[in-house]
Amino acid sequence: MIPSTFAYMRAGSAEEACDLAAEYGDEAKFLAGGHSLLPLMKLRLAAPEVIIDLGGLRDLSYVTDQGSYIAIGALTRHHDVEHASLLARELPLLAHAAGQVGDPQIRHRGTIGGSVAHADPASDLPAVLLALDATLVARGADGAREIPIGEFFQGLFETSLEPGELLTEIRVPKPAAAGWSFQKFTQRAIDWAIVGVAVQGQNVALVNMGGTPLRAVGVEAALAGGASPADAAAHAAEGTSAATDIRASREYREHLARVLVSRALTEAGTRAQ
Amino acid sequence: MSIMGTRVIRTEDPRLLTAGGVYVDDLRTPELSGAALLTFVRSPVAHARITGIDTSEALAQPGVIAVLTVADMDDLAPPPPDSGEGPSEAPMPIGGVWSEPLLAVDTVRYVGEPVAVVITDGRYQGEDAADLVSVDYDPLPAVVGPAAAVSGETLLFPAAGTNIMATHPVPADDAPFEACEVVVEQDIVNQRVACLPLEGRATAASFSGGKLTVWHSSQNAQLCRFIVAGVLGMDPAQIRVVVPDVGGGFGAKVGIDRDAIIVAWAARKIGRALRWAETRSENLVGMTQGRAQLQHIKIGGSRDGRILAYRIDVIQDAGAYGRIGLLLPSLTCLMAPGVYDIPEVQTGFRQVVTNATPISAYRGAGRPEATAAVERAVDLFAAEIGMDPAEVRRRNFVPADQFPFATKTGALYDSGRYEQALDKVLAAAGYDQLRDEQRRRRASGDHKQLGIGVSAYVEITAADAGAGETAKIEVKDDGTVVVYTGSSAHGQGHHTAWAMLVQDELGIPMDQVTVIHGDTDLIPVGVGTYGSRSLQLGGSAVHKAALEVKDEARHQAAAMLEAAEADVVLDIATGLWQVRGDPDTSLSWAQVAGHTSGGSLIADVSFSAERPTFPFGAHVSVVEVDTETGQVKMLRHVTVDDAGPVLNPVLAEGQRHGGIAQGAAQALFEEVLYDADGNPLTSTLADYAAISAPDLPSFELAASETPTDLNPLGAKGIGEAGTIGSTPAIQNAVVDAVAHLGVRHIDMPATPQRVWIAINAALNSARSTRQESE
Amino acid sequence: MKVDLTVNGKDITADVEDRMLLVHFLRDVADLTATNVGCDTTSCGACTVLLDGESVKSCTVLAAQASGHEVTTLEGLGGNGTMHPVQRAFHEQHGLQCGFCTPGMVMAIVSLLKENPHPTEEQVRTGLEGNLCRCTGYHNIVRAALAASSGGPGGSPPQASTEMPAEVSS
Repeated sequence: MIPSTFAYMRAGSAEEACDLAAEYGDEAKFLAGGHSLLPLMKLRLAAPEVIIDLGGLRDLSYVTDQGSYIAIGALTRHHDVEHASLLARELPLLAHAAGQVGDPQIRHRGTIGGSVAHADPASDLPAVLLALDATLVARGADGAREIPIGEFFQGLFETSLEPGELLTEIRVPKPAAAGWSFQKFTQRAIDWAIVGVAVQGQNVALVNMGGTPLRAVGVEAALAGGASPADAAAHAAEGTSAATDIRASREYREHLARVLVSRALTEAGTRAQ
Repeated sequence: MSIMGTRVIRTEDPRLLTAGGVYVDDLRTPELSGAALLTFVRSPVAHARITGIDTSEALAQPGVIAVLTVADMDDLAPPPPDSGEGPSEAPMPIGGVWSEPLLAVDTVRYVGEPVAVVITDGRYQGEDAADLVSVDYDPLPAVVGPAAAVSGETLLFPAAGTNIMATHPVPADDAPFEACEVVVEQDIVNQRVACLPLEGRATAASFSGGKLTVWHSSQNAQLCRFIVAGVLGMDPAQIRVVVPDVGGGFGAKVGIDRDAIIVAWAARKIGRALRWAETRSENLVGMTQGRAQLQHIKIGGSRDGRILAYRIDVIQDAGAYGRIGLLLPSLTCLMAPGVYDIPEVQTGFRQVVTNATPISAYRGAGRPEATAAVERAVDLFAAEIGMDPAEVRRRNFVPADQFPFATKTGALYDSGRYEQALDKVLAAAGYDQLRDEQRRRRASGDHKQLGIGVSAYVEITAADAGAGETAKIEVKDDGTVVVYTGSSAHGQGHHTAWAMLVQDELGIPMDQVTVIHGDTDLIPVGVGTYGSRSLQLGGSAVHKAALEVKDEARHQAAAMLEAAEADVVLDIATGLWQVRGDPDTSLSWAQVAGHTSGGSLIADVSFSAERPTFPFGAHVSVVEVDTETGQVKMLRHVTVDDAGPVLNPVLAEGQRHGGIAQGAAQALFEEVLYDADGNPLTSTLADYAAISAPDLPSFELAASETPTDLNPLGAKGIGEAGTIGSTPAIQNAVVDAVAHLGVRHIDMPATPQRVWIAINAALNSARSTRQESE
Repeated sequence: MKVDLTVNGKDITADVEDRMLLVHFLRDVADLTATNVGCDTTSCGACTVLLDGESVKSCTVLAAQASGHEVTTLEGLGGNGTMHPVQRAFHEQHGLQCGFCTPGMVMAIVSLLKENPHPTEEQVRTGLEGNLCRCTGYHNIVRAALAASSGGPGGSPPQASTEMPAEVSS
């Protein structure tokens, strides 16, 4: 219920955050909305000795139109992503999915950057950003760099962020194809997705079908080859490694993936018209 | 006009809604100022010998006052020696070789079992220090699930020679079934669920001047005192138990449990006031859980729909210790035939121990299990003979003119109108139109199919009617009233209900009435709130006390008015005592009370009833099943729950709503799971699928009031009825939704995966049948 | 470390452990015990308060994170002896039984109605996905939220009972 002891530091700027991270190295973790990290710490599954609070970095919370892409500050809360009128217009898939994360209280605190950096394959937004071919901007001791999302997720809770690197921005290209759909299959409204599917045009990404969010490459290849949504969906489980847990077996997850991909492609097709 | 039966919003609410309730962990009473915090060290393994405990590192931590283990319990008398006779025939208790210690002695038998306690100045330090208590465990094989228990390969209690605590064998008489045209058998799981009150277990204790005060989140303070006195070897007069606001109980907070007794003991042991409030993770392994039966049913009858024989064979999982004795499977067998007049009923059970959290009462306590089994059986029978399940029920009800009705299992149902309840609920649900919609969807091959489930139930309330309940009414010389009740509300609204009774009998307005419960100094004798007993027993006690205080007042008023008692009347509308026919002479209650030597009118009574009452009802559940994914959505839930005259519809509806939700939770969502080593897989709310608002529709409640003649209020108990009726209706609805695909049974909870597996199995079976015949 | 919060309009400064959770700050330092702890996985919502006017689960916010911000608890709703419309609606609609989930439920609904003043029943239910209740079955909580949304100054909440002389009440 109670985290083990740590030293709390509040960063006044992204630069200061990176300096503190460099100083404390392995002992330190960034704290954004805190709704991925604090629950782990309360169960003592994580016990960083230093917490660097990014909550004061209001200048990393924004949604702006950069012409060919939308720039979203890493510390933009799910609530703000959900309600940004710019996103409703340009990236309705992302706005909609942000509104599915957790519950209203969680969405008032959790951030898109925090969710992406935490890299839980059962999370909604990583798969959505994968479907949207986003690029991530990270800042570290050596300056800033861009990371294509396809290279970002390395494994379960593992990203290509270097120690001490701070995610500052998510860049999402404005989609060429208008149709979109987000199918989040849960038993209860509050649950993590048993399986989820994010579709933008003919980009199809999967939630909770492996150690990272995955593009449904078999489906995409079939679509590119002219297959119908139903026929393409049959390939949904190819290349995935879904887990078996108390909610679902691997076999059931693979079945759900096929059903949900079919529904997502159909819905995206309707929206494209 | 009488206030009885009218909608009255609660007197409890303003305080709860503005300042918030005062639950044990909120207490700021001076006796607890400076109290230390108690944190448990619990077993992380399901079954093991304890080979050593090293408390030295924990003791060295800042703020640690003490670390206590069983070695420190030398101030307690050793438990009585095992009589060697085995478990008693009575439903409870169970002791001897099956005994449960306080802090673990040399064996742990469930994950979460208390092994040591750490006492610290602050809450946060407690969790830190508890992590540092080092316990050496020598693991033993874990007995997971009742089947493994029966096999006896590993024994939890070697001295018992078995894991089977008790056997009441089912009569091995197949003749009644052989005489039937149709017989169906089915294995049924009534799964283990967590009670999950929003407030977990919490206890505070202070020992000072030879007196022990215990504040405990409980359903009955007086029982707590009795238990603590026995375990700690104290005179009850030296113990005060106070029950403040309680954040839900549902049966798991009856009396005081092992962990809380340890808190009381520790406070006395170290001479320092202590507080304890468990975390939810502790609660999901440490608080007693519910249900956990494997059932085998056999039902036989004729093709015209008449049920002729029913058998249920139960294996009750008790968890690691038999805390509630044999009460649960006994009640399941007692209520086995439900609302049906079945010529031959055969019941039996075995109760086993397993390396899991102990099982005890949970809303319904044995009766939901009985109802779920017989209602599944009736639907299986209906499917086998191809008859509408509502019609089959109709053909087998105990007729309305047969009450009081003695069942084959030894229950005496007081009153009931089962067919009328079914008629009402079917009409309210629009049953025929629902079947039409179902036919349309089946014909069109819609991937979302409609399921309509029916249940008809009867249940036993105030099963301990003879134990009764107490009430003391004091009318003071300022005209206000204090009611001391032995009941112990934890959300039921007794303060409002008892004040309504007082207003109705005494003509004193509710806002002049204060109701007190839960303090053994003020109410030394009382039984408490569980088993849906409080209105019929506690309310009747209040009613009885009101009548007595009225008699005393009449006597006083007659003297004051110099009139004959027979001529003195109380005008309920004004609350004034008058001489009949002479409205100018009147005395207020305040005046009459002031005239007594003590300055108040007092009546102190107990009320008991001759036997239990049997509320009944019928539910219709409408669900939508996505046959491609197995997802189930509750569309509607319509009920009749008849517990006699309704004192306050607001309160009765609330009880029905809450019951329906918990029953739905078992049917569709909730299940306590363990892995093969006995490790809990659902020990946080992230994993345990507690039912939430978007999972449920609003409910449709139809009214029905069939009184009992067993108490002056005509009342039966409504508290558990909703749970008992809803679970089987919803389970039956899910099966019904996919029955046309060949599905006959789906175990609870009907999770999407379980439903999908059932659909697949039925379709595969149909496919191979077709292939065979081709 | 020193934290400085405004709670129900009052400034509170205290020296607390860095790891102190906001819910414990409110209960043990600010002595406001209406907000309850119901779980340890951010699941139940019993600890819901308003942080700068928006609902948050105070068990998953550090007191340090809330330092410099405004917190509103149940005790800070309403005032001068009058109930906030959501409190009043809970009372009129029997939206509470044991009361343990209620402070969090009320605060969640206050925030919900601020963002969506006229929700549908479905929106209320989904909006309460993060708040568990074991006693009420949610039925009357939902009615309370809907009553509070259509009631308020100038409006009249629906009657406490759905009058259906045909013996069905919902």
